[in-house]
Amino acid sequence: MSTPQIEIQLIAAIVAIACAIPGVFLVLRKMALISDAISHSILPGVVVGFFITQDLNSPLLILLAALTGVITVVLVEAIQKTGLVKEDTAIGLVFPALFSIGVILIAKNANDVHLDVDAVLLGELAFAPFDRFLISGMDLGPKSLWVMGTILICTVILLFLFFKELKVSTFDAGLSSALGISPIIMHYGLMSISSVTVVGAFDAVGAILVVALMIAPAATAYLLTSDLKKMLLLSIVFGVSSAIGGYWMAHWLDASISGSMTTVLGLVFLAVYLFAPSKGLIAVLYRQKQQRTEVSLLTFLLHLNNHQEENERHINHLNEHINWQKVRSKTVLDLALKNNMIVIENDLVALTEKGKEFTDLALEYIITNKDENIEPMKDDFFLFRG
Amino acid sequence: MSITEYFELLFTDYTLRTITLGTAVLGAVCGMLGSFAVLRKQSLLGDAISHAALPGIALAFLITGAKDTNVLLLGALVSGLIGTFWIRGIITKTHLKTDTALGLILSLFFGFGMLLLTFIQKQPNANQAGLDKYLFGQAATLVEKDVWIMAIVTSICLGILLLFWKEFKILLFDADYTKTLGFNTRFIDIVITFFIVLAIVLGLQTVGVVLMSAMLLAPAAAARQWTNKLSVMVFLAAIFGAFSGVFGTAISASQNNLSTGPVIVLVAAVFVIFSFIFSPGRGILFKQLRVRRNRRDLQLQKTLQFMHEIASTHEDTTHPHAIKILNNFQGFTKKTLKKLEERNWITLKGQNWSLTEQGFFEAENLYNQQLNNEHTAN
Repeated sequence: MSTPQIEIQLIAAIVAIACAIPGVFLVLRKMALISDAISHSILPGVVVGFFITQDLNSPLLILLAALTGVITVVLVEAIQKTGLVKEDTAIGLVFPALFSIGVILIAKNANDVHLDVDAVLLGELAFAPFDRFLISGMDLGPKSLWVMGTILICTVILLFLFFKELKVSTFDAGLSSALGISPIIMHYGLMSISSVTVVGAFDAVGAILVVALMIAPAATAYLLTSDLKKMLLLSIVFGVSSAIGGYWMAHWLDASISGSMTTVLGLVFLAVYLFAPSKGLIAVLYRQKQQRTEVSLLTFLLHLNNHQEENERHINHLNEHINWQKVRSKTVLDLALKNNMIVIENDLVALTEKGKEFTDLALEYIITNKDENIEPMKDDFFLFRG
Repeated sequence: MSITEYFELLFTDYTLRTITLGTAVLGAVCGMLGSFAVLRKQSLLGDAISHAALPGIALAFLITGAKDTNVLLLGALVSGLIGTFWIRGIITKTHLKTDTALGLILSLFFGFGMLLLTFIQKQPNANQAGLDKYLFGQAATLVEKDVWIMAIVTSICLGILLLFWKEFKILLFDADYTKTLGFNTRFIDIVITFFIVLAIVLGLQTVGVVLMSAMLLAPAAAARQWTNKLSVMVFLAAIFGAFSGVFGTAISASQNNLSTGPVIVLVAAVFVIFSFIFSPGRGILFKQLRVRRNRRDLQLQKTLQFMHEIASTHEDTTHPHAIKILNNFQGFTKKTLKKLEERNWITLKGQNWSLTEQGFFEAENLYNQQLNNEHTAN
């Protein structure tokens, strides 16, 4: 590995961490799309800042563009407040307009600006190591490393300082204002941090992919845990590993680094989406199937409880009466047998003591519909699952 | 070429006519279907779908190796639909919320698309140039065949829209009721979503993946301000869409190196701003005027109420009083007095005022809205 390669990976990893931290809060606050809006609408800010400073990494440009991001949020909220359109429409109206202005500004000044539309969408991570940070001739490493490093350190410090406040205002805005922590200040603080991060990362990964770096690690982590600290850690891990994995994939395919970083993120998300232990697709489908069987079992037991007649309790009658398919009836019967709920004699099904007890409990719950009755029953259901 | 030249050439030049017709049709169909997206609170679904279409275009090119628009758009359609259904899967099967799902699919698919595009650019295939016009759209690449396809798809959409108008409308406003009536809501829902995806895919060539969502939203959001009736809204949105398409193309054609997408979006945004401010029913301007008028009326009534209090101490309610005694009450100016006189509630004589019979009645029933209304109705 050459030095530029290490530097690129370092920058990518830092960008990933800096994006993942605000991303977690955006996802939890159901504001993920705000990051999309910000990342688009900072473009005019970036372009105007570039006219002034002629340097994509200058702090002035970052502040100017971040201001555009905050203005977007304010604008969206102002439009929402008029009540003329719904919230999401307000977002959808503001950012394309601002982004268009940015694109047109770039197109009209294509000769004066070393900024093209591809760079806007993709960033230029591969060139990042060539823009060095020099102080009186001394080479201190790539500029964007310094910029993103500073942003990351600020974010981390703020996170540690305001962790409790952020947590409470994210999960319970009412409680937080009762405790004297203004949710509005937290909101705008988070928005400002996100804007600054987006602008800083813009240079490296481009306008749209920064959204992926914010949302995807957080969403992936959210599928695996419901503990805020764990979620933060996991999303950082996902972000960094996809960033480095993406770099090598791009190296191998000879394609855009940020594109392949996103692709790796997408693959990670897909894997977690499918296989996450309790919230993944497969787990959910399996659980739904089990619940269906359990409800069938309950129906069946209630049916047995209701009928003493022999013909109603005959094993072949099940298919006709409850209109189950063969496989399903067999699953249900097996389940009931396994749990000693029923006995089968001469093809006649009868409830055992345990089955009767269970059915009575279930009936009581159905009649009174009180939650305290369902709790012990849930444990019984666990018994089936085991 | 200036804009006036553009419109002069419009009727003589074949290419210009094709392009203009194309963007007009596109704007119309986007506005039409966008109305449903906006009313169903799916505004940002369009954004996600249009971004999600990008890998489809790239993959279609990689597989066929040809740059036939229809094949590429077919790829876009497939990948847009996959994106849509994945979003749905994430929302229904996991606890991730709508916004997260949209943002995820949008950025992940787009990133994958960009990866493929940069990968294609490195391929030794001379044919590859120009795929990136799908990012921001280039109306100049429209040919007559594309316009025909757009027109056909639009008329099919319109036909089905009219055929199932009732079903679409009822699903839009009361999904539960629709279900109880026995309609297959799932099916209608899928049809609408499919149409929205279709409209987006049609627009990719002209407006591009990045800004296509605005094309869907803006005309509909503008039309919403002018009416509360679905049919009128759909019609207006189609017109707004068509006009922004035509104007946007005209402006971008009259300038050098301007993609059509951003210009069309900005024109549409102007429509939206205009509608937000000037629409008579909901617009900000008229709303503000109404608020002002109400406030003034309230002030007027306050003065009247005060006069009523003074007048009712007299046996003769029309007995004149000095204007001076109103002084300790701040709600009156010369203007309010004049207004009150205009309404025939008081008469002014020199430095005195007196309530009229009508004014007294009005003041008595000030807090009795119903009576008040009846009175004015009579």
